[in-house]
Amino acid sequence: MRAFSYERARDPQAAVAAMARTPDAKFIAGGTNLLDLMKLEIERPGRLIDVNGLGFDKIEATADGGLRIGALVRNTDLAADERVRRDYGVLSRALVAGASGQLRNKATTAGNLLQRTRCPYFYDPGQPCNKRQPGSGCGALQGFSRQLAVIGGSEACIATHPSDMAVAMRVLDASVETLNPEGKARRIPIAEFHRLPGDKPQIDTTLGRGELITAVTLPRPIGGVQVYRKVRDRASYAFALVSVAAVVQRDGSGRVAFGGVAHKPWRVEAAEPAMASGAKAVVDRAFAGAKPRHDNAFKLLLAERTLAAAMAEARA
Amino acid sequence: MKFDQPATTNPIDQLKVVGKPTDRIEGPLKVSGAAPYAYERRDVAPSPAYGCVIGATIGKGKIQSMDLGPARRAPGVITIVTAQNAGPVGKGAFNTAKLIGGPDIDHYHQAIAVVVAETFEQARAAAQLVRVNYVRTAGEFDLSKAKDGAKAPKQLTGGPPDSALGDFDGAFAAAAVKVDSTYTTPDHAHAMMEPHATIAAWKGDELTLWTSNQMIDWGRGEIAKILGMPKTKVRLISPFIGGGFGGKLFIRADAVLAALGARAAGRPVKIALQRPLMINNTTHRPATIQRVRLGATRDGKITAIGHESWSGDLPGGKPDGAVHQTRMLYAADNRMTATRLAVLDLPEANAMRAPGEATGHMALEVAIDELAEGLGMDPVELRIRNDTQVVPDAAGAPPKPFSQRQLVECLRTGAERFGWARRNPQPGQARDGRWLVGMGVAAAYRGAPTMKSAARVRLNGRGLVIVETDMTDIGTGTYTIIAQTAAEMMGVPLASVRVSLGDSDYPVSAGSGGQWGAASSTAGVFAACMKLRQAVAEKLGFDPDKAVFADGRVSAGRKAAPLADAARDGELVGEDAIEFGDLSKRYQHATFGAHFVEVGIDPYTAEVRVRRMLAVCAAGRILNPKAARNQVIGAMTMGVGSALMEELVVDKGQGFFVNHDLASYEVPVHADIPHQEVIFLDETDPTTSPMKAKGVGELGICGVSAAVANAIYNAAGVRVREYPITLDKLLAGMPAVA
Ligand SMILES: Cc1cc2nc3c(=O)[nH]c(=O)nc-3n(C[C@H](O)[C@H](O)[C@H](O)COP(=O)(O)OP(=O)(O)OC[C@H]3O[C@@H](n4cnc5c(N)ncnc54)[C@H](O)[C@@H]3O)c2cc1C
Ligand code: SF4
Repeated sequence: MRAFSYERARDPQAAVAAMARTPDAKFIAGGTNLLDLMKLEIERPGRLIDVNGLGFDKIEATADGGLRIGALVRNTDLAADERVRRDYGVLSRALVAGASGQLRNKATTAGNLLQRTRCPYFYDPGQPCNKRQPGSGCGALQGFSRQLAVIGGSEACIATHPSDMAVAMRVLDASVETLNPEGKARRIPIAEFHRLPGDKPQIDTTLGRGELITAVTLPRPIGGVQVYRKVRDRASYAFALVSVAAVVQRDGSGRVAFGGVAHKPWRVEAAEPAMASGAKAVVDRAFAGAKPRHDNAFKLLLAERTLAAAMAEARA
Repeated sequence: MKFDQPATTNPIDQLKVVGKPTDRIEGPLKVSGAAPYAYERRDVAPSPAYGCVIGATIGKGKIQSMDLGPARRAPGVITIVTAQNAGPVGKGAFNTAKLIGGPDIDHYHQAIAVVVAETFEQARAAAQLVRVNYVRTAGEFDLSKAKDGAKAPKQLTGGPPDSALGDFDGAFAAAAVKVDSTYTTPDHAHAMMEPHATIAAWKGDELTLWTSNQMIDWGRGEIAKILGMPKTKVRLISPFIGGGFGGKLFIRADAVLAALGARAAGRPVKIALQRPLMINNTTHRPATIQRVRLGATRDGKITAIGHESWSGDLPGGKPDGAVHQTRMLYAADNRMTATRLAVLDLPEANAMRAPGEATGHMALEVAIDELAEGLGMDPVELRIRNDTQVVPDAAGAPPKPFSQRQLVECLRTGAERFGWARRNPQPGQARDGRWLVGMGVAAAYRGAPTMKSAARVRLNGRGLVIVETDMTDIGTGTYTIIAQTAAEMMGVPLASVRVSLGDSDYPVSAGSGGQWGAASSTAGVFAACMKLRQAVAEKLGFDPDKAVFADGRVSAGRKAAPLADAARDGELVGEDAIEFGDLSKRYQHATFGAHFVEVGIDPYTAEVRVRRMLAVCAAGRILNPKAARNQVIGAMTMGVGSALMEELVVDKGQGFFVNHDLASYEVPVHADIPHQEVIFLDETDPTTSPMKAKGVGELGICGVSAAVANAIYNAAGVRVREYPITLDKLLAGMPAVA
């Protein structure tokens, strides 16, 4: 770990201003991802700007009947919030399927969105990884890829985004509210927030340098039966092989997003009209053009069957 | 004390303390954080320097150059030790690869340097500044490719590597019902909680290591050999160990580099291996490829048993003994086993809990299930039908009897208690809601070796009995069974016994490994207590043969005195070792068990959930049922891991284990483990030791994975022969879903 200096930001404007002043600074929230990466010197900030005191820890109703989730709301608190459990069940279920109780107590809404898209090679500084060290090659492409992306990958990187929460937010059409270093606010639809690796796998999101996440907003509730089904190699505390966030309406129509399959939460809106025709029809469309590898080809069948399980659960 | 005749009645048979379910005497220290583990010995090294170990990042090759400059100039750095500047460093007799590599690199994460600094953070930061240039050479990392070039090892645990009896080929060819299946098991990590950790301190030419090691005396000898110093100048101290499972049988890089670092720094140095280094730097259970062939008559009599096993290791390494149990479990007149060892350039393979049997049962006990299916016979009945009370593999000589063998009783008891009769023999039929449900069974065999073990027992004027031995407690409950033994022998309550373990200044014990620890170390304490009883009786003027030790008093006929009186003029000491004669040559000492497992499988996703588990064990006298149960349920948990999820994934290009942390090497967590039940059959074995005990810590894992695999087959009708049985291997065989 490199030595770093530390400051507690007093207000959002001061936080982004401090960031603008210090080119190698980073925000820190729960620290559950950032600190791990700093110990391995995968992240090497010279300064940490602690955003925990910014007052972004509230969940409030919005004027249009949705919810505004402060960037610092802990995963545990968000999952337990009564309105979330009632109106956005898929989000609550996705949250509790992620990490462990201890981690969820620390992990924040913004930090969860911004945890690095990754793979085991990313975490081993002895191995080539384009995401960690652009141009060094991709260890996983020639090596072990069972956990990795089946769609949306590139010749540079096939990592998956590990978040469960983000998959649910994608199916709910959430937006990310930010403040940039010039002090200007903007709103990024979650669909555009995470990016595909292309030839720049070192960049996970469309957030600008020094841009602060202030909140995530959810549109007004869409009803339906909301299911989050996470499939992994053990019962708890593991990243998804495949996960499905589904909202199924009484008439069989609905929405679905997949986790564990791509560099970002994977949702193809054009596939959703097929929901009435069953899981296979949806997956065929949502995964058209998939490029699975030998180790992870099973994910396509698993995605189909997991969606079928979610739809059966919704019907029941 | 020489133990060369079966034990007769002795004070242990009173069973006032021994045999009772007893809480761990060191438990309160552990749960309150007051039991210091090696890395936490602030008392012995209040201001140590910290070492950070650097591992090589190639699978095989040479270091071309190493730039230490920036690291040397980094804040807080005291010294950097490499193979180049360390002076002569030898190789331990138990190590296959050197513990400090360079210029030649034998495997990924072989240690190449230790950076010693004032603080942990400084050492780690400086280590990241060391730049190394390597020249790679091609290595072999793929067992399936290296298999054909594999050779017969010189020996398999002391005997010839192959065995043969009768005419296997002829009998197999002629058999009415046959199985010929090949199974693979992957490399496994011990994945114990506490990392390998050591504090090293020199005083002149004397070295003390506070470390985490299962075998104190081996370790002491190894350090002496590696550093080229007399064994008498080395002291090893390891009273608390946060798990080992065989991963701490040997001296590893933490101990050697802490010693070298401390010498170079001129002050104590402490090191804990980083988790990734635990995986690729230390030892692991090797992967196997196993072919099992079984032939039987239509009525289920096995006529031919063949088991071949292939594993790999670095040059000069050892094979996995996967065929062991096949030489012992079932009768059959025609048999063969063969063991082959390939050269691989992966990290060093070595012992892990029940080495050999753990992997061997994963093949043999599934093959038996396949045979039962071929015969249309119940798998419990098939096993019973082919039981034997003599070693079936002993060619020539009169058959060697098992001293005790209650395999049939284990199977019958288990079947009844588990409700085996409710199992539908037709696979894929039973449902509970949406879940596919199935049951599986497997037999369990594990040897019950004993090893020489010494102890010293002191009686002081307050009537306290103090036991000292270099025996270790790796979380197994050794402290407690030793205290129970001494309490029983000296006729005092448990609270009057103190036990000190894990210090090479104490008499040399059997150590913890191979399931020999409990039986051997308590027998050593028994021997020492006999000496102390003699001394007490003499001191009090009693006839030693007639003296009765009970309730804190000694009595003989009408005379009686408090035990403490014997020490009123000063401490009395009894010291002795138990030495085992040839009883293990006359009798086969072994433990037996039966595992029953019920699983549920989600028909959509093929996720497997274990629903119920039962183990029935016959393992000699159970010294402390609570500790023994704890050992067995831990082993059952580990067996679920190897059945369903544990696999060190080999990157066959780069030559290393990719999933080298606990986020990616998955072991079962609480949510994976259902209710576990353990039954110990009543058994005392007077031929094993005066304690009439054996071991259970390794028996508990043998067969578990096979029982899970068989339950999966029963539930889903899909036979997976490549462990671990992850859902991707089952998915295609799941029922159609809408
Ligand atoms: C062992 C383990 C298992 C896990 N398993 C799962 C799992 O199964 N599912 C899952 O979803 N997650 C899992 N996680 C990940 C966990 O959810 C994340 O680590 C956590 O959500 C990160 O949140 P944080 O607040 O701690 O982020 P931090 O570590 O503090 O920050 C992460 C990143 O976000 C940036 N950042 C933080 N706040 C802001 C802000 N307001 N504006 C701009 N940038 C910001 C930081 O600079 C940093 O780059 C696991 C983690 C671990 C360690
Ligand atoms: S998949 Fe991406 S993160 Fe993994 S090694 Fe390749 S470039 Fe790095």
